[in-house]
Amino acid sequence: MSKFRVVHYINQFFANVGGEEMADYKPELREGIVGPGIAFNAGFKDEAEIVATVICGDSYFNENLETAKKEVLDMISSCKPDMVICGPAFNAGRYGVACGTVAAAVIEKLNIPALTGMFIENPGADMFKTKVHIVSTKNSAAGMRDAVKIMVPLALKLAKGEEIKSSKQEGYLPNGIRVNFFEEKRGAERAVDMLVAKLEGKPFTTEFPMPDFDRVEPAKALKDINNAKIALVTSGGIVPKGNPDHIESSSASKYGKYSIANVTDLVEGEYETAHGGYDPVYSNKDPDRVLPVDVLREFEKEGKIGKLHDYFYSTVGNGTAVKNAKKYASEIAKELLADGVNAVILTST
Amino acid sequence: MVKEIERAGIHVVHICTVVPISLTVGANRIVPAIAIPYPLGNPSLDMEGEKEIRRRILNKSLEALGTEITGQTVFE
Repeated sequence: MSKFRVVHYINQFFANVGGEEMADYKPELREGIVGPGIAFNAGFKDEAEIVATVICGDSYFNENLETAKKEVLDMISSCKPDMVICGPAFNAGRYGVACGTVAAAVIEKLNIPALTGMFIENPGADMFKTKVHIVSTKNSAAGMRDAVKIMVPLALKLAKGEEIKSSKQEGYLPNGIRVNFFEEKRGAERAVDMLVAKLEGKPFTTEFPMPDFDRVEPAKALKDINNAKIALVTSGGIVPKGNPDHIESSSASKYGKYSIANVTDLVEGEYETAHGGYDPVYSNKDPDRVLPVDVLREFEKEGKIGKLHDYFYSTVGNGTAVKNAKKYASEIAKELLADGVNAVILTST
Repeated sequence: MVKEIERAGIHVVHICTVVPISLTVGANRIVPAIAIPYPLGNPSLDMEGEKEIRRRILNKSLEALGTEITGQTVFE
């Protein structure tokens, strides 16, 4: 039997092309195996083979979504694969969106099975988990071995068109599709077991997790913007030069609050970004590119807004746990309310 | 973060480059930005040209804050 032909999609970082400074790297098709493909190929043994690798910079992909998608898809299709593997992307947000987009397009447009992997909090997971099988991975590349172990057999099953069992059995993120199977114990028995475990404080798994509808109703329109007090908040990591609070470049454990009471313009050398994961050159050169103090001061003078709040708040969005981001924002919101702030402009990189 | 601020009862607009991510996390008023490393600028322009970009995006943001919406809305 001939081997399945697999094409692997990875970003500039895993292809060893470069880090953030190369995130604008345009799609490239390389013959054979690159980077993490080695582990996949080893796992495939005699059943499948990576024939080509498509590499694309994460910023290029996300900033030119439609063009990049088409370019990557054309490259993949030219290799006539039986199966496409994307990533895994772990907790890299842009990479996750790229992997999900590519895998979904491969399935939809090329009618070829595709598989990706990422950490559950990757924004790409929520966006694509109902369209693509996404293997649940750890939040960093340290989880590569474990990810490959789960992705290889699932990829082979998909390529062969075999039956895919439930998310729990196969290791992918729940995609909303129910799989019928016979339980060994009847419902009443399982319910009592669960209750006993709960009473004893032991771990138990619900058979019907409640869907997570965490949405907030949009606020009413803000009237009288000309008199509104507006505050700036950013996940782009802008801080005073030297990063006095030592906000981490990724997985931030805190946020900072900084006075801009007499500042009309954020200039190089006085402010900078603490954010890892994007090229800091541009925001260090002119921090207004991320936190637009200069123009908001103009608006204030022109009477377009009432007042720019005396403080801005900043954290680093890179790989920061959702739970922490929520906590920071609700603390920030409490302070802003107490300070009589009417509206927030939140910028993200 | 956008959601928590809105939940607390403060009007909020999200300026970001990767709009699909903002939609996924549940921002309601979204204004697309220029690029990931410089959402409100463009290093290939001169100072004044860059400021013009910022004015446009921020005007759009104020417009978003002042607009009645019923669900997630991207202000292009």
